[in-house]
Amino acid sequence: MQERVPPLLISVLCIGIAILYLPILVLIAYSFNASALVSVWGGFSTSWYAQLLHNDQILDAAWLSLKIGVVVSTGSVILGTLAAISLVRFRLFRGRLLLTGMVNAPLVMPEIITGITQLLLFVSMLNLFGWPHRGFTTIVIAHIAFCTAYVTITVQSRLQGADRSLEEAAMDLGSGPVRAFLDTTLPGIAPALASSWLLSFTLSLDDLVISSFVSGPGASTLPMVIFSKVKLGVSPDVNALASLIICLVGACILLAGYLMRRADQQRLADAQMAEQNT
Amino acid sequence: MIGGSVTSAGTESRDAHGRNWLKPHGKWLIILPPMLFLLLFFLIPFAFALTISFADTAVRVPPFTDILSITPDWHIHVTLNLGNFKYLFTDEVYGLSYLYSIKTAFFSTLICLGLGYPMAYAIARTSKSTQSVLLLIIILPFWTSFLLRVYALEGIIRETGLLNSALLWLGVIDHPLQIMRTTLAVYLGIIYSYLPFMVLPLFATLEKLDHSLLEAAADLGSPPWRTFVDVTLPLSMPGVIAGSMLVFIPAIGEFVIPTLLGGPDNLMIGRVLWDEFFGNRDWPVASAVAIVFLVLLVGPIAVYQHYSTKQMES
Repeated sequence: MQERVPPLLISVLCIGIAILYLPILVLIAYSFNASALVSVWGGFSTSWYAQLLHNDQILDAAWLSLKIGVVVSTGSVILGTLAAISLVRFRLFRGRLLLTGMVNAPLVMPEIITGITQLLLFVSMLNLFGWPHRGFTTIVIAHIAFCTAYVTITVQSRLQGADRSLEEAAMDLGSGPVRAFLDTTLPGIAPALASSWLLSFTLSLDDLVISSFVSGPGASTLPMVIFSKVKLGVSPDVNALASLIICLVGACILLAGYLMRRADQQRLADAQMAEQNT
Repeated sequence: MIGGSVTSAGTESRDAHGRNWLKPHGKWLIILPPMLFLLLFFLIPFAFALTISFADTAVRVPPFTDILSITPDWHIHVTLNLGNFKYLFTDEVYGLSYLYSIKTAFFSTLICLGLGYPMAYAIARTSKSTQSVLLLIIILPFWTSFLLRVYALEGIIRETGLLNSALLWLGVIDHPLQIMRTTLAVYLGIIYSYLPFMVLPLFATLEKLDHSLLEAAADLGSPPWRTFVDVTLPLSMPGVIAGSMLVFIPAIGEFVIPTLLGGPDNLMIGRVLWDEFFGNRDWPVASAVAIVFLVLLVGPIAVYQHYSTKQMES
């Protein structure tokens, strides 16, 4: 079924990929520029990276973003997995349509709307109950709300493809449904859980708009600090910081992709084994 | 729930095939946590925004008046202020920026489609192993921060950036082109940022395309372009629509791109909303802008939901 791909298509594909990658590669190259002038190449240097280590504002923001990222991705993997189980295993329940809508809507909802509505909720809650104060807590809650959507969709597709015969066998052998699920199906979807953890982490680490709305005084995440610097134009220390973040995010995505791919291959191999044995 | 009668648990699950997997109470333990969380922190906030859009600004914390007030003798007063919405329709900045955002998002979506379709088509026709590498290449920027990618683009299109340096060096131009702070920069930014959102859903439908249909068309003497128009394009429509909505909807609300790359006249609604909120600190008007914006989005979001569930089911 494989035929030659027309050269015109190949060239459009190459142009598209070049458009996607050229700016990032140039950015990384210039982060090693010794010159303080961003447009003149002054030789190779890592001094901008070294300077980052002495910038307290950036270090504080980075630490805050990492803490938020870890809590957010753990929370969203738990909630997203429960939502995925609900949607795949329980065909009919009250509010199924509502849950489907709430899981899909954050993927297309402009961040600026989500951000403003969540802030108004938090402010009103603070007024009524004295909780939550704007900062770490509100950013975490807001991020979990949209990361859960991504986790649910990833885990949902895995659960739909999961073979339930093992789980049923475990139940025939006397395991309760929860135990059977934890022993048989959960290990099967574990790579999907790990990769959605990594994806949520990168989403949380990257978010600017929602964080800016729901954050309070004194809690600036890394993207918020970068945004305030970037508004002033291109500068070499931001180049270095941006390169670091892009590499970290890239590593997370590659690892997530690798985990999913390995799980696919494992499943394919298992299926072949099963076929040979019968 | 756990450890009940062995046979009943076994047969129950097999017969109903998932319908009675857990007994009713256990089921709600799983459904409720995500349901309540999303209700409280995603859906209910819209109700708050709607309420506050009827409030008035006030010099206090939070900076708006109460809609509901209870007098000492337990009378409840509801004060609805329609002024914010009236203001939106009388001050033409809002109408113009809504229209401008829709126009910008529409043309960017078309360009993304024109560029993304051939890309997705090319990827779908390569071998499985090449496919996964190419997909990874497309997905990587999909997950990378918008802010950082827009910043990286600035490095290319700046007056002293790579593009101008290259063109000057080649002798194509003798003055650097002014791209930053223009409408062109906003378009470039949106296309660059959202291209992966177009390619991925398109690839998902094109990959599933039945090749025997294409061969049948070719056997019957249909030229390739005819086959494309009559067979490939109609069959890939769900992907075209899902991809277009994934670009169009967030692009309308884009804030980072017009702020960092655009000039003062690239007033997109996201930017107006941001300024109203952080600059003027007029939360009720900002809420009203958000509510009107949301109403405009209901149509496109419904179309997207329809086609993406269709795609998931097939």
